[in-house]
Amino acid sequence: MCLAVPARIVRLEAGDMALVDVGGVRKQVSVALVDGLAPDEYVIVHVGYALARIDPAAAAATLAAMAAAGINAGALA
Amino acid sequence: MKYVDEFRDGDIAGGLAAAIAREASPARRYQFMEFCGGHTHAISRHGITDLLPPNVRMIHGPGCPVCVLPIGRVDLAINLALERGVILCSYGDTLRVPASNGRSLLKAKAEGADVRMVYSAADALKIARATPEREVVFFAIGFETTTPPTALVLREARSLEVANFSVLCNHVLTPAAIVNILESPEVRTLGTVPLDGFVGPAHVSTVIGTEPYEFFAEEYRKPVVITGFEPLDVLQAILMLVRQVNEGRTEVENQFSRVVSREGNLKAQALVAEVFELRRAFEWRGLGTVPYSALAIRAEFAEFDAERRFGLEYQAVPDNKACECGAILRGVKRPTECKIFGTACTPETPMGSCMVSSEGACAAHYSYGRFRDRAPAAAPAAVNA
Amino acid sequence: MSAALRRDYHRPLDLKRGRVDLAHGAGGRATAQLVEDLFLKAFDNEWLRPLNDAASLPIPPGRLVMATDSHVVSPIFFPGGDIGSLAVHGTINDVAMAGAMPLYLAAGFVLEEGYPLSDLQRVVASMAAAAKSAGVPVVTGDTKVVERGKGDGVYITTTGVGVVAAGIELGGANARVGDAVFVSGTIGDHGVAIMSKRENLEFETEILSDSAPLHRLVAALLAACPRIRVLRDPTRGGLATTLNEIARQSGVGMLLQERAIPVAPGVAAACELLGLDPLYVANEGKLIAIVPAPDEEAVLAAFRAHPLGRQAALIGRVTHDPDQFVQMMTALGGRRVVDWLTGDQLPRIC
Repeated sequence: MCLAVPARIVRLEAGDMALVDVGGVRKQVSVALVDGLAPDEYVIVHVGYALARIDPAAAAATLAAMAAAGINAGALA
Repeated sequence: MKYVDEFRDGDIAGGLAAAIAREASPARRYQFMEFCGGHTHAISRHGITDLLPPNVRMIHGPGCPVCVLPIGRVDLAINLALERGVILCSYGDTLRVPASNGRSLLKAKAEGADVRMVYSAADALKIARATPEREVVFFAIGFETTTPPTALVLREARSLEVANFSVLCNHVLTPAAIVNILESPEVRTLGTVPLDGFVGPAHVSTVIGTEPYEFFAEEYRKPVVITGFEPLDVLQAILMLVRQVNEGRTEVENQFSRVVSREGNLKAQALVAEVFELRRAFEWRGLGTVPYSALAIRAEFAEFDAERRFGLEYQAVPDNKACECGAILRGVKRPTECKIFGTACTPETPMGSCMVSSEGACAAHYSYGRFRDRAPAAAPAAVNA
Repeated sequence: MSAALRRDYHRPLDLKRGRVDLAHGAGGRATAQLVEDLFLKAFDNEWLRPLNDAASLPIPPGRLVMATDSHVVSPIFFPGGDIGSLAVHGTINDVAMAGAMPLYLAAGFVLEEGYPLSDLQRVVASMAAAAKSAGVPVVTGDTKVVERGKGDGVYITTTGVGVVAAGIELGGANARVGDAVFVSGTIGDHGVAIMSKRENLEFETEILSDSAPLHRLVAALLAACPRIRVLRDPTRGGLATTLNEIARQSGVGMLLQERAIPVAPGVAAACELLGLDPLYVANEGKLIAIVPAPDEEAVLAAFRAHPLGRQAALIGRVTHDPDQFVQMMTALGGRRVVDWLTGDQLPRIC
């Protein structure tokens, strides 16, 4: 369930709204559920609402672990 | 698309698949349930099954709020639209769910009901404000991910004193459903497939955090890995589950750490608690009645509760007798073991919850996986384009 | 002695503020004025000018090909086009998919009472420009008006005729095991452009509808490879539906390669946002070509040499399959079926 998409905050707008960008497509969404957002941060958006911010460090770490798993698998003789 | 494309990298997928194959012990089977329809969809759409070794099997759980929406609740919405003349606003997913008398919201629209698809709860409120002379009802469905938006809209409706807006609430709760799968009266008759662990919902967990799963990881001794929606996330989570099983651990691990925390989105949780309260029991299509598994609108917001506003009475409607969704949702049967799969029951003419939305186990199998039902000899030779 | 009859005062059509009214469809002076001042003025050609009920047309030798389409698109004006240009391109393409050179178009209009004449003029001008650019004139037409509330502004039905040379027999039943499957460019552009303007789904994007006439591309392809088996444009239901249709007609299966299918980044993003699969989203300026394997390279070269085929790609192959599944190797290395579209693709939340 819960189709949600990572989106970049382009700018914050009045009324707890923000303009976000997903791969070049822009949409207005509500940011009422996430405090303290700034432009260029990423959030995940579901049914027109940002639900949480994305932590770039954690994302990088996750990707690194994924890539490493493959390398380690190959190394296990 | 950032945070999407990187997590679909084919090479890394191959590496993860190799790791799973290497670490899954050939001496045993591993059976994991992905609770969430979004994961079912990701697995089918990207063909992840082909990347897993034969002794690692994914069982598709009930985690699609459209799939588990009882016919009787859809009937309530249809009647409001057809007989009470309301403007019925609904997410796209729900429009085609077949209800009683061969109707669906889409078919009711063809009969003259004012049914409108909305992408967001806020759109429904907008419509209400734009047409003050008509009653507008928002047909709210969804797990914990979709509930905070509904809560926000109810609060806004009250503060703006919108007099013609209400919500027909069908929000349901994930942990209750997971427990039900593991332990319910039906289990005695249907049996249950030994489940070795769960791929836990991604976006539900951004709201509720990972903490609520600790209870049944402990109680039922099953590992849970909270997992993101991209195919690499699913593969990594399966690897993590295989490792937990091999090492005899039953922990809650957070694979989706880039978005999910242990406590979740506290602001959203507080908002939901302000507007909603637990229902003692709620019917889940395919699972039967599940206690403390759904939300109702609090008395403070009574005038925005469509059930109170229109004096609605719920009538349960049973599924087709041949429907095996109850067993399929628990992993006891596969879609192809249902007599009506692919014949009377297809995505065009769904008979039960598993076929109703593209995330249901049967719909996913029908749309993406039927080639696996054939004897290997009949499969076409893979030719490189 | 009789005084010369005073000429009727010819009040011009109020194209700025005027609206379609029931008189315009009644067949009398108002209709005649609408036809002359708006339609004929825009479409003007020697076959339309006589304004007879039918056009009398010369045709070169060959077999006659005819196609018709009704256009009910909403919104009427969208990024990259409008109902008028869509109507012209759509019918030209249907005729072209038979391997025929389109020659003439007929256009029937059902107008809703109250529709602004300025908008109608915009639509007609767009049609005329599309027809002129494609070299396919609108030679006859019809206009009706329905009461307010009984139409959606404008509905247009276009019929096109063309001729196809002897020996060219394209058809959906022609695909053979081993044939190469091509698509002429990126998929999903038109559907996304339309959706971006639909109420309740508004999002900003630079994606334009790909609406375009494909007849010259078809001519180039046939010149490079007269043995082309199937040509079809994947409109409603998208690439997936069209390939399933062909698979069924020909009694074959297909195996596609997801990585090879061209999708513009903006289209991929919009589909992601709405929970749609680009494979099922409509196209209005693309075609699928199924060709014998030995002719692959020549066909790819012919595509790439044409402005409408620069991003053409070989996306799969026809296979032997008694179940007629269209399958796909995913970018991840897995496999899945690409099934028929179920109902209408509606944006998902879950």
